[in-house]
Amino acid sequence: MDDSQPTLDRAPDDSGYAMGDDAPFQAPVSAEAVRESAREASATAAFAVAQAGRGGRFRHILPSRSGKLINGLVIVGLITLFGIFGPMIAQPPRDSDNDALLPPSAEHWLGTTKLGYDVFSQLAWGTRGSLFIGLVAGVVALVLAIVFGVFAGYFGGVADEVLTLFTNIVLVIPGLPVVMVIAAYVQTAEGLGPLARSSLLVALVLGITGWAGSAVVLRAQARSLRTREYVAAARVAGERPARIIFVEILPNLVPLLAAQFIFGVIFAVLGEAGLSYLGLGPTGSITLGTMLNDAQTGQAVGTGAWWWFVPPGLIIAALGAGLSLINFAIDEVVNPKLRLAPENAKRQRQAAKAGKGVADTGAFA
Amino acid sequence: MSAHGTATSGTSATSASLEARNLVKDFRLRSGVKSRILHAVRDVSFTLEPGRTIALVGESGSGKSTIARMMAKLEAPSSGEILLDGAPSATGGSRLASYRRDVQMVFQDPFGSLNPFHPIRHHLERPLRIHHPRLSSKEIGARVDELLERVRLSPASTFADRRPHELSGGQRQRVAIARALAPGARFIIADEPVSMLDVSIRLGVLNLLAELQRQEQLGVLYITHDLATARHFSDEILVMYRGEIVERGPSERVILDPQHEYTKTLLEAAADPDRLGRLRDEVRNGG
Repeated sequence: MDDSQPTLDRAPDDSGYAMGDDAPFQAPVSAEAVRESAREASATAAFAVAQAGRGGRFRHILPSRSGKLINGLVIVGLITLFGIFGPMIAQPPRDSDNDALLPPSAEHWLGTTKLGYDVFSQLAWGTRGSLFIGLVAGVVALVLAIVFGVFAGYFGGVADEVLTLFTNIVLVIPGLPVVMVIAAYVQTAEGLGPLARSSLLVALVLGITGWAGSAVVLRAQARSLRTREYVAAARVAGERPARIIFVEILPNLVPLLAAQFIFGVIFAVLGEAGLSYLGLGPTGSITLGTMLNDAQTGQAVGTGAWWWFVPPGLIIAALGAGLSLINFAIDEVVNPKLRLAPENAKRQRQAAKAGKGVADTGAFA
Repeated sequence: MSAHGTATSGTSATSASLEARNLVKDFRLRSGVKSRILHAVRDVSFTLEPGRTIALVGESGSGKSTIARMMAKLEAPSSGEILLDGAPSATGGSRLASYRRDVQMVFQDPFGSLNPFHPIRHHLERPLRIHHPRLSSKEIGARVDELLERVRLSPASTFADRRPHELSGGQRQRVAIARALAPGARFIIADEPVSMLDVSIRLGVLNLLAELQRQEQLGVLYITHDLATARHFSDEILVMYRGEIVERGPSERVILDPQHEYTKTLLEAAADPDRLGRLRDEVRNGG
């Protein structure tokens, strides 16, 4: 070791960079270490507060309690409760002993149809039928979207090419006409037994045709998550691909999955209403769509029987609106900028006001 | 100085070692129709031995991290091979699993390398469960606590159930080190383990790593661009420039008597208060 390189030569008196073989490398400035330990302590305290305050394992993925979320949950919750408990208190929906086309009264809260069915009872059963179709179709679409989107995004390469090609084909096929063709075909097909013309079949058709948009969204997000270091770390730890997808990646997609699921439910409820209105819906069961179809064929508008078609229309609209509100709330979790925008604007207004106040006192004069 | 010359010198194949032999990694960069080949790593060889640290030093883009990813089997080399205890390492199957038990990696970014969804416990439990499937849940819980205590995250019970976002950068990197130790690794690839941390806590993390290395007789590949810590913490320094190792040797020798122009440039670029002071004195005396 000659002294021609003074750059990193040992300087025994320079305690900050003493480099003895076994002596720990000392931090030159101890104040910074103190600051760091203070920071760690405050992180601990913050953690304790968070635990005590709102606890909950999954808090970090739950949407914040915004007005949109509450309104959406209330609307969807009420409709769901109606769908679950309504049929229990209403008279049988196909009970035609009543007089035809009675307007709303104490006995028949929403009047009766041309065939003497009680509209309230039909509405309760129809809500249940529509919700069932929405849920089943939503689940089917979500599963397909995960298979085609997340798997394509994670594995990349040839698998990605094939899955994406198929997704794109499904995506560009015009939705409702295809659903109509498939629905018309499967409902007349032999050999389906009790499945033919059932609401389960309609739900499956809607689910199988409604996943492509979600798959595109999920693929993009999975491609991004795939490059995260924690995924690489899981591979180094020896995790298998399936476990990486389901345990490391999917949980981080939960807000997106929820949004896509809700989107699928809306699509299915509206799609069912459309199909049924055209007479391609399930004939074996009652849905909001079949009610509208009955009202149309029964010339409810012409006879002025508004109580026949307005309630199912309102429920469909309210359900769509409520689910959309929940989706907006989830959006704010995925993209915090949406949530912070109003608060930031408010803060800026307040700051502007405060600044003006300070200026008035002459502090800046 | 060429890396090739020393490649054949690593002949002690039977003893415990992790050897990179003539590693090459080319990336094909496509832009539209045109494509060109980026030679990220060209013919790099070195041998990690238990209880020794090799520092891989170089600027950004010199291929350091690509070497780390190849050693951790996250990327396959374009040519060349990686030998564990003298035997060629596998690319799949149960032999890859045993490679992963022996060779682990600490990532650069402690904020990205822990899954935000899972508590700290998950990150330590998984490698234990994968590589020691016979352990009962109780034993795994005890091991998790033990690992946390060993990286000075105590009391372990308060850390195990926290989520990554509730920990500071230094604490997270300690978790990442514990995770690398969990399978019982003999070799650790540390890819710039402290470059994302506050200057004030870097030394704490590095000292911990050095201490664990001494206790466990780990072989460590310490990737960094910081010559001062490379000198202090490693036995040998490899200087990398544009995918090639341009200089290698015992750390003191490389730092005090650099042979290659690039090493000299690196040394001059490193900020050194002592030298700055001396320069100022020279300027004063001269003027």
